[in-house]
Amino acid sequence: MKPILEARHIDKHFRKPVDFHVLKDINFDVKAGEFVSIMGKSGCGKSTLLYILSTMDRDYQGELFLNAELLTGQPPNKLAFVRNKHIGFVFQFHYLLPEFSVLENVMLPARKLAECSPQQIRANALHKLEMLHISHLAQKKASRISGGEKQRVAIARALINDPLIIMGDEPTGNLDSHNSDNVLKIFRQLSDEQGLSLLIVTHDLDFANQTDRIITMEDGRIISLN
Amino acid sequence: MRNYRVILSIAKTHLLSKFRQTLIAALGVTFGIGSYITLVSFMTGLNQMLDELILNQTPHIHIYNEIEPTAEQPVTLFQDLKNGFNVVHSVKPKLSQKKIHNAEPLMKFLNTDERIRGAIPQIKTQVFYIAGSIELGGNLSGVEILKEEELFNLGDYIVKGSASDLHNTSNGIILGAGLADKLALEIGDRVQITTVKGDIFPLKIVGIYQSGIIEIDNVQSFTNLKTVQNILGEPGNYITDINVKLYDIEDAVPISRFIEEQFGLTAIDVKTANAQFETGTTVRNLITYAVSITLLIVAGFGIYNILNMLIYEKMNDIAILKATGFSGRDVQLIFMSQALIIGFLGGILGLLLGYGISLLISHTPFETEALPTVETYPVNFDLSFYVMGICFAMLFTFLAGYLPSRKAKRIDPVRIITGI
Repeated sequence: MKPILEARHIDKHFRKPVDFHVLKDINFDVKAGEFVSIMGKSGCGKSTLLYILSTMDRDYQGELFLNAELLTGQPPNKLAFVRNKHIGFVFQFHYLLPEFSVLENVMLPARKLAECSPQQIRANALHKLEMLHISHLAQKKASRISGGEKQRVAIARALINDPLIIMGDEPTGNLDSHNSDNVLKIFRQLSDEQGLSLLIVTHDLDFANQTDRIITMEDGRIISLN
Repeated sequence: MRNYRVILSIAKTHLLSKFRQTLIAALGVTFGIGSYITLVSFMTGLNQMLDELILNQTPHIHIYNEIEPTAEQPVTLFQDLKNGFNVVHSVKPKLSQKKIHNAEPLMKFLNTDERIRGAIPQIKTQVFYIAGSIELGGNLSGVEILKEEELFNLGDYIVKGSASDLHNTSNGIILGAGLADKLALEIGDRVQITTVKGDIFPLKIVGIYQSGIIEIDNVQSFTNLKTVQNILGEPGNYITDINVKLYDIEDAVPISRFIEEQFGLTAIDVKTANAQFETGTTVRNLITYAVSITLLIVAGFGIYNILNMLIYEKMNDIAILKATGFSGRDVQLIFMSQALIIGFLGGILGLLLGYGISLLISHTPFETEALPTVETYPVNFDLSFYVMGICFAMLFTFLAGYLPSRKAKRIDPVRIITGI
């Protein structure tokens, strides 16, 4: 299996307020179709690592490859394009644009990518919503749906451009157990049925146990890759 | 370009979701542009009217014989004293003829110049107006009345009677309004004219002239060229002044200089004669633009504030847009286009507002004795002001939107998402 995402010798310092070595020589990869979770205590650097892997944080040493392409040192516009096309994001606090309808939220990254016609994008978005059993919400405003529903909309949005990998920063951290199970089930399904790679930061052990592999971090180092 | 449609639709949604703030920001621009249009239309309308009041009746070049001492005295021509310091006391001008020598061929020559719209003759002379026991001094101008009307709009200032009435009456006169009042004369009455030499001539009043400038109306009258020649006992080629009207007023200086050098006459161009009008116009324009730009700057600060607030409110949105693949430039464009939409809509409304107020002003009655041709306030509906107005609106909103949108461009999404 070829690796989708590779991290090589990643180091990061927080320079303010005092110099703090937050990530120390991180090496690992995520293979195609793998469902990987990153666990660790608060402050161990797992979210920081995720944002480096997501290309949003460019201030680090080491090398990052996505699909065998070096991303380290690429200009911001190129990285924005990579995020748009190849990386799907799910956050802890769902982060939808509140003034837009659910459907518009899902369509937005595809409209930015502009590889399909508006009609196709619309059909795609409706299809993704259907897949997640929330097509009845399509015309509702994003600010008027429940937390669990928002998270599923966020997943649909992450999927809209058929990315190589989905990244999640504690996507179930803000949800009750019923909705957590639901989200987990969706991720599992995406991994099993569509062969999608997933990399999820969590500190929910039940969640992590359902994934293919658990990477454990402590004090800025990976202490276990299994 | 497809990209831009997404950006516009996001900008539109933001603006519509904050409709009240958008409206207030746009109204700021509207008032700025509206008052700019109103001010500049009204001011330039006024300027134009004042300029026309003078320039319409003023020849662009006035040619006449000035009585002045010869610049070259005989002593300067004497070679032996060339290096000496020569002082000539009590230099007096020679009494030369007032008439322009060979005036008719000169006019014919000037009329062939393609820059010149027309060169027409006048005879100016001092006379006394006598009616009953009243005697008043004044000027009488002999003119080719129909050409005067055509070139110098004399007809606009004939408040009673008409130019053709004078043309058709051999011993007619168009009397200044102030004179007519003082002499208590009306159209159809007769007025006696005495020349400096003492000859008395009866003339029939066929019209009343009112320029709006009291000092002129109190002394000035017009009659036919022939009539003045008869009164003065001079032949048909006796002409004291030639008035020239040009197509382009900018040619006045070079042509007048050419005439002075070529023919040895005095030729005064309109710019020299009316220098103070230029100054007045410049100052009024300066005030107009200063006031308008101040208003637009105030409107610009309004937009700056509202966009800044909007960006604080939309931090999360900005972070999510960046996380899902919108570049910093896209985010900047979103906020820039919001500013420009506000500017454009506010600007268009401002143009309409300005046009409305200008229209209102131009229909407000403005009747004054001094300006017989003016009935309502003068307003200049020049299209270029409206083009300028919308350009100003776009420029100021661009400047006001630039700084906040650059801030949005630089927002680090990681900081927002992780809540640092």
